[in-house]
Amino acid sequence: MKLLVCISKAPDTTSRIAFTDGDKRFDESGVQFIVNPYDEWYALVRAIELVEQNGGSVTTITVGEASCDPIVRKALAIGATDAVRIDAIPTDSSQVARLIANYAKDQGYDIILGGKETIDNNSSAVPAMIAECLDLPYVALVTKLEMSGDEATLTAETTGGTNNLSVKGTFVMSATKGIAEQRIPNMRGIMSARTKQLQVVEASAVEISTQVDVFKLPPLKGDCVIVDADNPAELVRVLREEAKII
Amino acid sequence: MSVLVYISTQAGKATNAGLEVASYASALQTGEVIALVAGDISGDGGLGAVGVSKVMHCADALTDNSQQSKLTKEAALSIGAKAVVFSGNSIGNSIAPRVAIAMNAGYVAGATGLPEGKTYTRNVFSGKATAHVQVTTETIVIAVTPNSFGIKNTGGSEAVVEAFSADVGEARVTLNGFTPTSSEGTVPLPEAIRVVSAGRGLKGPENWGIVEDLAKALGASTACSRPVGDMGWRPHHEHVGQTGITIRPDLYIACGISGAIQHLAGVNQSKVIVVINTDPEAPFFKAADYGIVGDVFEVLPKLTAAINAL
Ligand SMILES: Cc1cc2nc3c(=O)[nH]c(=O)nc-3n(C[C@H](O)[C@H](O)[C@H](O)COP(=O)(O)OP(=O)(O)OC[C@H]3O[C@@H](n4cnc5c(N)ncnc54)[C@H](O)[C@@H]3O)c2cc1C
Ligand SMILES: Nc1ncnc2c1ncn2[C@@H]1O[C@H](COP(=O)(O)O)[C@@H](O)[C@H]1O
Repeated sequence: MKLLVCISKAPDTTSRIAFTDGDKRFDESGVQFIVNPYDEWYALVRAIELVEQNGGSVTTITVGEASCDPIVRKALAIGATDAVRIDAIPTDSSQVARLIANYAKDQGYDIILGGKETIDNNSSAVPAMIAECLDLPYVALVTKLEMSGDEATLTAETTGGTNNLSVKGTFVMSATKGIAEQRIPNMRGIMSARTKQLQVVEASAVEISTQVDVFKLPPLKGDCVIVDADNPAELVRVLREEAKII
Repeated sequence: MSVLVYISTQAGKATNAGLEVASYASALQTGEVIALVAGDISGDGGLGAVGVSKVMHCADALTDNSQQSKLTKEAALSIGAKAVVFSGNSIGNSIAPRVAIAMNAGYVAGATGLPEGKTYTRNVFSGKATAHVQVTTETIVIAVTPNSFGIKNTGGSEAVVEAFSADVGEARVTLNGFTPTSSEGTVPLPEAIRVVSAGRGLKGPENWGIVEDLAKALGASTACSRPVGDMGWRPHHEHVGQTGITIRPDLYIACGISGAIQHLAGVNQSKVIVVINTDPEAPFFKAADYGIVGDVFEVLPKLTAAINAL
C-alpha cells in the first residue's frame, strides 16, 4: 500500500503564546516545535503499522519552510519511508489543502491521512478540503482503521456517537485518539532517518482567501474568589446572584 | 442576498446546534435565511422561530459528506447565497470545508461571534489566543463554534418547507452502524451548557457517584481529565483538553483536577469556572472565577445538597 500522511509543525503544548509584527504573526522565538500531536501519535503511527503488516510505503507531506525539517526528520525516525516538503508559508487551510492535493493527484496513494486538527490553527479543515479537491471520500475523526484488500473498515466519532463505516478504494481521513499509540523513536530509527529522502518541492500557484488582521490574547481572568469549604451553600449563592449562572 | 444554513435534525426537530446556527445566520442580517435539511423534518422543525423563512428539504438523509457537500453547493447556488453557515461540530466540520473548496469560497473555521464587516473572530492556539480573520472572497463558508452564540428566538412565523433535490452521486462511504455515546436525550459534551468534570483527585472510578450526583443536580454533563480517560476510569469521549474535546459551557466545575495547561486548553473558554481542589497552589485556581480549597469527598456531597435545596 502507498500511504500519504500530512504532518504539520506545531508549537510544543506548553509554549508561551505571543505575537509579533504588530500582532499579525506568531512569535516563534524561544518556542520548541513538535510534530502536531494528532498527526504524529495517531495518523503517522497507524500508517506505519499498516505498512508493517501489509508492505508498502509511508510518505509524509508538509507545507512549510525549512524550519519544518527537524519535525519531518522526527517523523522519519519514527518510521516513515520518505518525506516531501512543499516549500511555502502555510497561510490558510484551503491553500495548504490545494498544495497537498496538487502534489498528491496522479501519485496513486491508497489513503491520505491527516490529524483531527492542528493545535495552533484548530481548523479541522485541511483533510476534508484535500478530499474535495481530489473528489475523494472523506472520513473524519477515525478512532479505528482496519484494511482488508482495498476495503477499509473504520470507526469514527461523530456528533453524539460513533459511526461504523466502510470505504472501498482511495480515501482521505483524519485520525484521532484511539487509532494508535504514541511511538518513541529509537536510536536506530534516528540514525536511519538521516539517510532517508526529504524531497523539497516548489509550491504550485494557489490562491489565498483569508488573512489574519490581528491576533489577540484573551483578557486575563480576574482573581479567583475563594469560598469557604465548609459552606458550599455560599458557592451556590454567588453562582446564582453574582454570576447569574444557575 | 440570502444566507444558507445547514441544519441537522433529530426526530424531525432541528438540533440545538442547528437552532444556534440558524440564529447566527439571522443575526448576520444579510438577507433572507434559508435552511437546508437532509433527512427527517416535521413541520418546519422549529426553524421559523429562529428567523428561517424557508426550508429546502431533501428527504434523503445523506450520510456521505461528499454528497452532503454537493447538495449544499447546489442549494447555495440555486438561491445565490453569499454566506453558508454550519455548526462547527463534528458533522459540520466534515462538510463545511468541502463546500468551501467546491464553491471557491473563503472558509472561517470555528467563528466565535458575528463578523465586523468581513472580519471574523476565531479561537486559535487551542483557546490561548484569538485570530481576527478577514475573508477576501465574495462567498464565505462559516462554521460556528458550538455554544458560542446561543439560540435566539426571533418570534418569526412558521417557515415554508419546499422539497429540494440535486444530483449528489453515489455514496462512497457506507454507514454500517451508529452507536450513541450519550444516552438518549443528553446533550453532546461540546454543546453542554453546564459541565462537571473530575480528575485524578477522585482516586478511582468507584468514586464517580459524587460527581454524577452533582452533575444531575445541575442538569450538567460529565467530563474528565486525560489521565482519567487513559486509565479507563471514564470513557474516552469524556476527556476534555488539548488532545480531547474542547468545550465552552456557561459553567465548568473542575473537581480534583490540577489545571495543567493542556487541560485548560480545552476548557478555558467556559464562561464561569469553579475549581475544587485540596491544594491551594493548584494552577487551576489561576484560571478560575470561584474556588473551594477542600476535599472533593466532603465538598461535593454538600454542594449537591445545597443545589437540591434550591
Ligand atoms: C501533549 C500533551 C497533551 C495533553 N493533553 C491533555 C488533555 O487534552 N487533557 C488533559 O486533561 N490533560 C492532558 N495532558 C495531561 C496534563 O498535562 C496533565 O497531566 C493532566 O491534565 C493531569 O490530570 P489531573 O489534573 O486529573 O491529575 P493530577 O495532575 O494528578 O491532579 C490531581 C489534582 O487533584 C487534587 N486532589 C487530590 N486529591 C484531592 C481531593 N481529595 N480533593 C480535591 N482535590 C484533590 C490534587 O491537588 C491535584 O491538583 C496532556 C499532556 C501532554 C504532554
Ligand atoms: N502545513 C501543513 N502541512 C501538512 N499538513 C497539514 C498542514 N496543516 C494542516 N495539516 C494537516 O491537516 C490536519 C488538520 O489541520 P487543521 O485544518 O489546520 O486543523 C492536521 O492535523 C494535518 O494532518
